[in-house]
Amino acid sequence: MKKKILAVSSGGGHWVQLRRLQQALDGQDIAYVTVHADYKMDIPSGARFYTVRDATRWDRWHLVVLLFQLLLIFWKERPQIVISTGAAPGYLSLRLGKLFGAKTVWIDSVANVEEISLSGQRIAKYADLWLTQWPHLAVSTGPHYKGSVL
Amino acid sequence: MMFLTVGSQMPFDRLVKSVDAWAMRNPSATLFAQIGKSDYRPQAMEWVHLLGPEKYRKRFLEADLIISHAGMGTVITAADYGKRLIVMPRREGLGETRNDHQIATAKWLPDHFGICVAMDDTDMMRALDGWPGIVPCESTNADAKNDLVMVLSKFINS
Repeated sequence: MKKKILAVSSGGGHWVQLRRLQQALDGQDIAYVTVHADYKMDIPSGARFYTVRDATRWDRWHLVVLLFQLLLIFWKERPQIVISTGAAPGYLSLRLGKLFGAKTVWIDSVANVEEISLSGQRIAKYADLWLTQWPHLAVSTGPHYKGSVL
Repeated sequence: MMFLTVGSQMPFDRLVKSVDAWAMRNPSATLFAQIGKSDYRPQAMEWVHLLGPEKYRKRFLEADLIISHAGMGTVITAADYGKRLIVMPRREGLGETRNDHQIATAKWLPDHFGICVAMDDTDMMRALDGWPGIVPCESTNADAKNDLVMVLSKFINS
């Protein structure tokens, strides 16, 4: 049976990495959440598409707007699984995912070579699958290394 | 054609200026720049603030050389298309980004791909002068990607 998936990322490298994992999502019922309307042309036909405010943890007002936008999306989508490659929109989505009873996946950006990102560290408790893309950053208690988009 | 791209989130005037200075001294070279939120306005190359994904892809495909900040989006795309790439990492101390992750990224880039890293203006001039000698990026490790896709599929279907 098809699973309802919410795949979330901010722009640039985060989006490129999320797109590279498309194969894992094929055949499921997918909704994408990102920050640029133009990215809609990248997604497979049949998938739903939402844009939200591109917030960082440095602008609180944008974070509040983003949170409300995500709440509406969650209300409508009721995803069973939430997947994100970061950053702020993904962090908030995993937190909301847990509240809404979804299973959650955090894939820390491959850009974080020396340490896992701050949102990646803080998401630990809320990620059912908590991954880094660097073997040397993996720890037995998580984050785990299971491969990389590169 | 050389394509300069600096990401859309924050300005990167140091890089745009540096490449523009080279372009002024090399009028025969054709450059195109996507400068994002940078304040500096290039004098010696055609530029826009932001390209849509389709136009971006077209510029990327046409380019013989990509010049960029050390953002993973550009690095992965350059590897996919087998392009020559020069990156200049953003520095937190200069207000170009919010942490020094691009410096960290830039440290391992040359080992993993044939990517040329320019830490400053002098490096950039040298890299641009010798650009035909840069080895195009190799395509990425399909095994590591397949592993990750498999783990994700399994998790989704469990």
